[in-house]
Amino acid sequence: MKYAYYPGCSLEKTQRGYDESVREIFKTLEQELIEIEDWNCCGATIYMSVKETVSLAVSARNLALAEKMGLDIIAPCSSCFTILAKTNRILSQIPEMHKNVNEALAESGLSYSGKTRVRHPLDILVNDIGIESIIHKAKRSLNGLKVAPYYGCQIVRPEKGFDDRENPILMDKLFSKCGADIVYYPMKVRCCGGMLMTTFEETALKLNKELLECAEKHQADVIVTTCPLCHMNLEGYQDKINEIYNTNFKIPILYFTQLLGIVLGLSESKLGLDSAFIPVTPKLKSIMEVQYV
Amino acid sequence: MAHLSIQSAGYMSKNEAELRRIFLEQVNFIPAGERIKRCIQCGTCTGSCPVSYAMDISPRQLIALFRAGEMETIMKSRTIWICASCYACTTRCPSGIKITDIIYALKRTAMEKNYLSQAKHVQILANLFVSNLMKYGRLHEGTLIRNYYLKVGFWKLFKLIPLAKKLYQTKRLSLFPKRINAYHSLSKIIKKAQEIDLRITAPPLEYSTDYVGYRALGEMKLEQRKGE
Repeated sequence: MKYAYYPGCSLEKTQRGYDESVREIFKTLEQELIEIEDWNCCGATIYMSVKETVSLAVSARNLALAEKMGLDIIAPCSSCFTILAKTNRILSQIPEMHKNVNEALAESGLSYSGKTRVRHPLDILVNDIGIESIIHKAKRSLNGLKVAPYYGCQIVRPEKGFDDRENPILMDKLFSKCGADIVYYPMKVRCCGGMLMTTFEETALKLNKELLECAEKHQADVIVTTCPLCHMNLEGYQDKINEIYNTNFKIPILYFTQLLGIVLGLSESKLGLDSAFIPVTPKLKSIMEVQYV
Repeated sequence: MAHLSIQSAGYMSKNEAELRRIFLEQVNFIPAGERIKRCIQCGTCTGSCPVSYAMDISPRQLIALFRAGEMETIMKSRTIWICASCYACTTRCPSGIKITDIIYALKRTAMEKNYLSQAKHVQILANLFVSNLMKYGRLHEGTLIRNYYLKVGFWKLFKLIPLAKKLYQTKRLSLFPKRINAYHSLSKIIKKAQEIDLRITAPPLEYSTDYVGYRALGEMKLEQRKGE
């Protein structure tokens, strides 16, 4: 299958590990990702919350470009995913808004009829490609690695999507088939605070401390994430949390695509694992060192 | 539900009526936004909210205050700015109210009427985000964060040095923003959309802005709830 790839702003540089691992695993699974030419920022939560027609038109430009390519969008970033999907929903339910947005798009010779579907890589991997075909290509087993799957907010909410909103299980299923031991992680859809790390730091630090605490309590070797913002908060602020709360967290944070890449036998550098702040635990290290034939 | 109307609720101030008008106009553009009428004040939203402990007004109280004709109290609250858009409330609301979107509408109302709340730094961040997007077409995180701290307290930038250093060492720090090639066509779209935003006249409301209380929300059409 071919998809229109929409990396989103944070995957360009700060979260390059996500971008690199998505591209690599899709290549390995023989799926073609064609990056949307000259895509623009989807507007993210912030923009969506302050402007109406402008924010919808900005994100609809990407949908229109993908429609022209005749492909569905694949958006790994949770915020992009939810904003693009939300734009679709608003445009289909409020015809007046659809008309206004098309009027704005027409300024640059674009129009959007509403056909582009917005998909998340996790959905495509599990529901389209299928766990069985992925396992077929697996080169390594996760061998009892204790994984805490953290879904965050925006890929499962607000509307009923590809997984359950209160207890999503796609990552649990995927990685347990890869040999991992999925730990009990009741905080799997609890918010990390997102941009609050910039605006209300104290609150966001507390939320992230609770997420880490829960993973540690259940002896997770690694937390796997699906969202650049969750990833940044959990990884980049772990030191600060240790400092403030007098804790000693050292939990590696990996994108689910990176962990899957390890299973598929891809190298550390191809998966952007060299960009991680927190070194992987010895157990994961030993899995990664397994040479396959 | 009609018999619950508070007949003697009284009239509201001009400012309150204006705030309600702007807010309800926004609500009109939220799919299923009209369900705000159905709030049963159960507090599931507040109980589900991971940051309600840090709010001055709980999400449940937001709707109660709106009904009571206290929009101004909402506008000055910290609550609407601390919402992290996790949608936990929206998912769980037994009446199907799009609470996160309602909070977005409240934010827009506050921005439009220039309410400088206790959390004006959030507005600063939002404005910088918008100007960053307008200027480059993509978000450059480094520029956004730097400009933000230059406005809210540059000394806080020093605290970010360890993080910036780590990002640099792992080749994750991009120093300069880059414009997308189609920048001009994007700005044409934005300019047009801004014009549209100004001329939008919302369809006639079925809400009354003359009254507060349940009466202002019109009669609830119970039959609409069937088969949802």
